[in-house]
Amino acid sequence: MAKYLLKRVLYMFLTLFIIASLTFFLMKIIPGTPFASANKLGPAQMEIMKAKYGLDQPVPVQYAIYIGNLLKGDLGISFQFNNTPVTDLMFKRLGPSMQLGAQAMLLGTIVGILLGIFAALRQNTWVDYSSTFVAVLGKSIPNFVFAGLLQYFVGVKLGWFPVLFWRGFEYTILPTIALSMLPIAIAARFMRTEMIEVLSSDYITLAKAKGASFFEIAFKHALRNALIPLVTVLGPLAISLMTGSLVIEKIFAIPGLGEQFVKSITVNDYPVIMGTTILFAALFVVIILVVDILYGIIDPRIRLSGGNK
Amino acid sequence: MADFEPKISKDRFRPAEIDASKSEEINKPSLTFWQDAWMRVRKNKGALFSLIVMGIVVILALVGPLISGKEFDKQNVSHNNLPPKIQGLEHISWLPFDGVKVNKAGKEIDMYEVKKVDEYYWFGTDALGRDLFTRVWKGTQISLYIALLAATIDMIIGVAYGSISGYFGGRLDNVMQRITEILVGIPTMIVVILMILVLDPGIISITIALTITGWVGMARVVRAQTLKLKEQEFVLASKTLGNSDGKIISKHLLPNLAGVIIINTMFTIPNAVFFEAFLSFIGLGLQEPYASLGTLIDEGFKVLRLHPHEMIIPAVVISIIMITFNMLADGLRDALDPKMRD
Amino acid sequence: MENILEVKDLNISFHTFAGEVKAIRGVNFELKKGETLAIVGESGSGKSVTTKAIMKLLPPGNSEIKQGEILFDGKDLTKLTDRQMQKIRGKDISMIFQDPMTSLNPTMTVGKQIMEPLIKHQDMSKSAARERALQLLKLVGIPKPELRIKQYPHQFSGGMRQRVVIAIALACNPKVLIADEPTTALDVTIQAQILELMKDLQNKIDTSIIFITHDLGVVANVADRVAVMYGGKIVEIGTVDEVFYNPQHPYTWGLISSMPSLDAKEEELYAIPGTPPNLLNPPKGDAFAPRNEYAMQIDLEEQPPMFKVSDTHYAATWLLHPDAPKVEPPAAVKSRMRKFMGAK
Repeated sequence: MAKYLLKRVLYMFLTLFIIASLTFFLMKIIPGTPFASANKLGPAQMEIMKAKYGLDQPVPVQYAIYIGNLLKGDLGISFQFNNTPVTDLMFKRLGPSMQLGAQAMLLGTIVGILLGIFAALRQNTWVDYSSTFVAVLGKSIPNFVFAGLLQYFVGVKLGWFPVLFWRGFEYTILPTIALSMLPIAIAARFMRTEMIEVLSSDYITLAKAKGASFFEIAFKHALRNALIPLVTVLGPLAISLMTGSLVIEKIFAIPGLGEQFVKSITVNDYPVIMGTTILFAALFVVIILVVDILYGIIDPRIRLSGGNK
Repeated sequence: MADFEPKISKDRFRPAEIDASKSEEINKPSLTFWQDAWMRVRKNKGALFSLIVMGIVVILALVGPLISGKEFDKQNVSHNNLPPKIQGLEHISWLPFDGVKVNKAGKEIDMYEVKKVDEYYWFGTDALGRDLFTRVWKGTQISLYIALLAATIDMIIGVAYGSISGYFGGRLDNVMQRITEILVGIPTMIVVILMILVLDPGIISITIALTITGWVGMARVVRAQTLKLKEQEFVLASKTLGNSDGKIISKHLLPNLAGVIIINTMFTIPNAVFFEAFLSFIGLGLQEPYASLGTLIDEGFKVLRLHPHEMIIPAVVISIIMITFNMLADGLRDALDPKMRD
Repeated sequence: MENILEVKDLNISFHTFAGEVKAIRGVNFELKKGETLAIVGESGSGKSVTTKAIMKLLPPGNSEIKQGEILFDGKDLTKLTDRQMQKIRGKDISMIFQDPMTSLNPTMTVGKQIMEPLIKHQDMSKSAARERALQLLKLVGIPKPELRIKQYPHQFSGGMRQRVVIAIALACNPKVLIADEPTTALDVTIQAQILELMKDLQNKIDTSIIFITHDLGVVANVADRVAVMYGGKIVEIGTVDEVFYNPQHPYTWGLISSMPSLDAKEEELYAIPGTPPNLLNPPKGDAFAPRNEYAMQIDLEEQPPMFKVSDTHYAATWLLHPDAPKVEPPAAVKSRMRKFMGAK
């Protein structure tokens, strides 16, 4: 276990290093000046600006400085907001993104799990079909399309919830729903399959033979066993939330990481793009690792040596 | 339990004539793998329906821009932002095809009358007065083209990589596995965005960006399947008979991999459609005057409150494409490999 | 002796895509108090379906009891609702399954799984149930029960798990215990231990057992009476001695000849030719006829009734009809019969 963990952590850092390097060199070969928003600057001022951001150095030196700073947790200074370190910018933006992500994750998994359970318990009835239909829609309709329609019909036409900004709980409702569609779909489909498989297993027959009631079978015996493999989709779920947050935050004008990332793409704010990329990548690899470890711990049946299926 | 009663004629106790060959008779017609799969797909009404709808969308994408009689990039500013109006459907009040727009005060205005337009724009027009019907189907064409191209490239790279890695095994497999492990660790979204930043947006660059990590999923599935297959007797038998590796891969492994390859590709296509639209939506899509479903949604979103049709129509088309592809892929998966559910 | 369970003219069908599969076609038997009845037959002969029907554990969607009664304590189990049946399952009738590796809930401690029926059916408090669970673990021969009770199934070996399953089944002192091939999935040495345990337990607690198996060796070891099933019917039923030493049905002959034995040097191991009948459209006559070298014309045309051999021994074969030609059982059966006699 310890050896496996060490290997995984090493891989994690290797992946992060590759992403960081890749990001750096890609940014270097991007055509156009980095100071797109400041093209009124004269050549002399341009030189000063370049020196300020260390862009006058040869690329290998810039790379070494960049990696060195990265290890110290310094992601550089934003082009767009003068003198603001990228880490500060991101830190300020982290709150709304985290809250939105957490709410969507919670809503998505709870609704998805319930849909999946009912679909499995009432297999091949209208309950099952409607649950499957919701899952197909959630998986198929792009979240920005869904968010746009939600904003227009529920927010603007019906006027039930505010449609822009982040000023209190009611402002979080529409974006949370929009972002939770994919998690709902993923969780519902996964849960249905697992639950059906568990319900047809021998130990459920034995539980029936012991005289357990339908309710006991479903919730005392089957649910726990069906829930455990759900850990494996937590990774994909979290990633879908990250991808989704970019567009959802843009649509609902939420001052989060995703919105800032999209904005910095449009104004070529490279340090912010690089910083956010690395943060997203780090979150991603950590989540994958945590999920893997969690899976090893939770289920007594699954030992690391036994391998995952 | 019967004590015995009625009389039975003696000759019925003579030895029976049994045709020995009959006991081994198979009384069901044998089906090939594909016939069997097709039968199962046909039973799945959702998948069959999706196939039909998908066919209609593809046909519209191909002929739509031709039958509208308008150019996709022809601007006519005096005809801008017109709502949809279709001959024959314009008088059916509950259909939104009457060219009437509801303004903020809730009053209905016939925009075609106001702007003195005699033509019919079936899906309306955009801010520059371009015909949306033509643009939507042209955009569908491009979105589908990108998705198909990306899926094909993914398939070729993924199958080659996965089958080589799985078949030859050993050190080569080890190295190739490490590479995919690292690639899997990189979020697709980030790679795609970075690539587009580097290679200005365009059909080819978007396709490349999508395929950079896209093939990894296919490679992993194919490798796992190859590992399983190559231990099976028919492959060993072929090896014993002295067939070359290339021949074994192409004659024995690939036909048996066809199922998973098709299923995986079917899931790649909607994924690629989504990512193309996603890129457009965050401002990294195709450049004017070209349109894809993503750019149309992005443009439509900006004027959603004033001219909802400009977003809703492409949104419906992309949703239909995604739903039909996903449902067909689900149906195919169940049909080709009932054990591979989720 | 008193009958505890009676199955009368049971007919069960499964509805499949291909059509109606008549899995059980008129099965009759009774289980007496304290006896062990073995049901033998090859896969698909209907032995498991019969016992699942007794427990009402057949899949509700596609199975149907077409006809017949299952009388237990004077009640017809086929008429009970799910809720009424839940009160009987695990309490009066309990069951042991084939594969101990999969029949325990992997995420529940062994103790909890044993305590569950106790708390449910006997209104025991948690601590009382725990005490009883410890007793049961000791009874089925699991060492260190205090430690084991807190463990999860994956910490047990296959044989130990089957002991746990037996402990669960015996928890409420059931009147009937159904054991569905309880030793098939186990190593031979473990098989013997489990059989020994079951015999031992039956002496201690006066339970009637239905023992399903396809292993005749096991039958001779544990059973009082044997029912041989073929094609959804019982073709021969009698005491162990009767069925082993005086088998009447050609299928029983086949089964006995195909039993490997240490000193079967004179002939090759016998295999019954052909395949089991397709119950999707069962043959008009005797289902075994196509594989039966002694088949007569009537076997193809009419199903044989149960012929009485003795008060306790019946067999369904036209060979027992007074007009039928007399045939000798195959040499393999006769030699085994001699061997059995000798062993006696």
